[in-house]
Amino acid sequence: MSTTEGNKNTNSTESWGGFDDNPIQGGGSAVIDMENMDDTSGSSFEDMGEMHQRMKEEEEVSEEAAATEEGDDGEFLGMKGVKGQLGRQVADEVWQAGKRQASKAFNLYANIDILRPYFDVEPIQVRNRLLESLIPIRIINFPQKIAGELYGPLMLVFTLVAILLHGMKTSGTVIREGTLMGTAIGTCFGYWIGVSSFIYFLAYLCNAQITMLQMLSLLGYGLFGHCVVLFVTYSVHFHSLFYILWLVIGGLSTLRMVAALISRTVGHTPRLILCGTVAALHMLFLLYLHFAYHKIVEGILDTLEGPNVPPIQRVARDIPEVSVALVNATVKMVGITLQSH
Amino acid sequence: MEKVQPGLSDVSISGDIPVEGEITVPVGSPSHDDEYSTLDEPVKETILRDLKAVGKKFGHVMYPKKSTTLLRDWDLWGPLLLCVTLALMLQGGSADSKEDGGPQFAEVFVLIWFGSVIITLNSKLLGGTISFFQSLCVLGYCILPLTVAMIVCRLVLLGGTGTASFIVRFIVVVASFGWSTFASTAFLADSQPPNRKALVVYPVFLFYFVISWMILTFSPSHSNTGP
Repeated sequence: MSTTEGNKNTNSTESWGGFDDNPIQGGGSAVIDMENMDDTSGSSFEDMGEMHQRMKEEEEVSEEAAATEEGDDGEFLGMKGVKGQLGRQVADEVWQAGKRQASKAFNLYANIDILRPYFDVEPIQVRNRLLESLIPIRIINFPQKIAGELYGPLMLVFTLVAILLHGMKTSGTVIREGTLMGTAIGTCFGYWIGVSSFIYFLAYLCNAQITMLQMLSLLGYGLFGHCVVLFVTYSVHFHSLFYILWLVIGGLSTLRMVAALISRTVGHTPRLILCGTVAALHMLFLLYLHFAYHKIVEGILDTLEGPNVPPIQRVARDIPEVSVALVNATVKMVGITLQSH
Repeated sequence: MEKVQPGLSDVSISGDIPVEGEITVPVGSPSHDDEYSTLDEPVKETILRDLKAVGKKFGHVMYPKKSTTLLRDWDLWGPLLLCVTLALMLQGGSADSKEDGGPQFAEVFVLIWFGSVIITLNSKLLGGTISFFQSLCVLGYCILPLTVAMIVCRLVLLGGTGTASFIVRFIVVVASFGWSTFASTAFLADSQPPNRKALVVYPVFLFYFVISWMILTFSPSHSNTGP
């Protein structure tokens, strides 16, 4: 037991007088003096166990004492009262010990305070960064400043999820295996975290001076352009408008990210690899988000009803080439059958 | 220390041991000292007391004044009740299992609870002074206007799905969305430093927006795109 060992230690070291008689409580001492029981800061489980052991022994002693006596009702109740009180105290101590252990473990592993500095922003800063994400900066000779914050990107990802849901609903998408919500959240978060990690890995290979936090932040703010484009094109259904917005707004936010990355990379080939990948993934993601949900609906309809479905009953916002081709094919078939009769 | 009952007053218990339980004074909310007395009361009383607490908080949500009652005695019964009601009503009601256009029960449930957790974490990370469960409690209770809107929408949909019904539903849902957001910010924003209120309000706005959008686009029998 730790007490007896502790006593032995202090006894053995007393001869050369190197240590204090009372070792330091709490904090970093390995020897815990059981005499100072009111120290509640760093009690270990062994201490609690010992205390319970002592309390149980006390209880057993008092039980034996009660058993040997023959008392009337009053005294019997008295003993029961004492035992009940001790029992409550023991239970209380067990609860306190367990709570302390659990909160220590929780503070160690689930400490969200690690993320706190990344959320330290003012609303005006967020607004400025949102607008600046569409304005490319031409300084490429020394590293551009990239803000390392996570509030803006996180809110943008959630906004993108909401916009996607709206788009999926209005296009009548039916997701078979899974849910609408799960698909939207998975897509957006998967893109943000997955592509950031991939580009960070490439940056590591190409010796670019960028941290993971900055990459997450850069890509997250680049989603602002995506949100704007999708919000507009899900409300106003023109394909040509989408292509123009895709090029202009998507292009601007890509240029911003590319310039920031170029300013932090040395060498022609690394710059080409890194920026080419970022540009491709960024633009293709926007394209995917706009068109993906049409394809899902068409795929399901095809498997369910075969090619005999007339095109009018399909989703309102088709890919024009496919629907035009289908109209032509159907009209031809109708014409042929009419001719043959 | 009060004696328990007159009948036991002649028991010789040593004076150091405190006797627990106050039966003479009715207590408002159960505290640790009263554990033994609330165990003995009939179940009906416990349920009624909890329901009254929930109902009182509903009242606070409908008329959001800047009181701290919602925060002080938080409980999660009300949010659970509201969440389950909303999720049940939002289920796609079509018997045809091929066309499952409405959100599933699990979707709505998970959305509400995980959305609340994320908003709470966000407000804590931004330096808020509110505790985790208090925030969950407030966000859950402020779904009440949206649940009422859902009931109204369902009733309106019984009358038809034309443009007029859509306009009525739209107005009702927008009004209740504004009410929910306003009610929750009345409780939540106080616990934030004053210049960061917008940062906390935005996720709340998004959260209730998604829920109200799900309510607005709900239609009991989803017409499929087949012939």
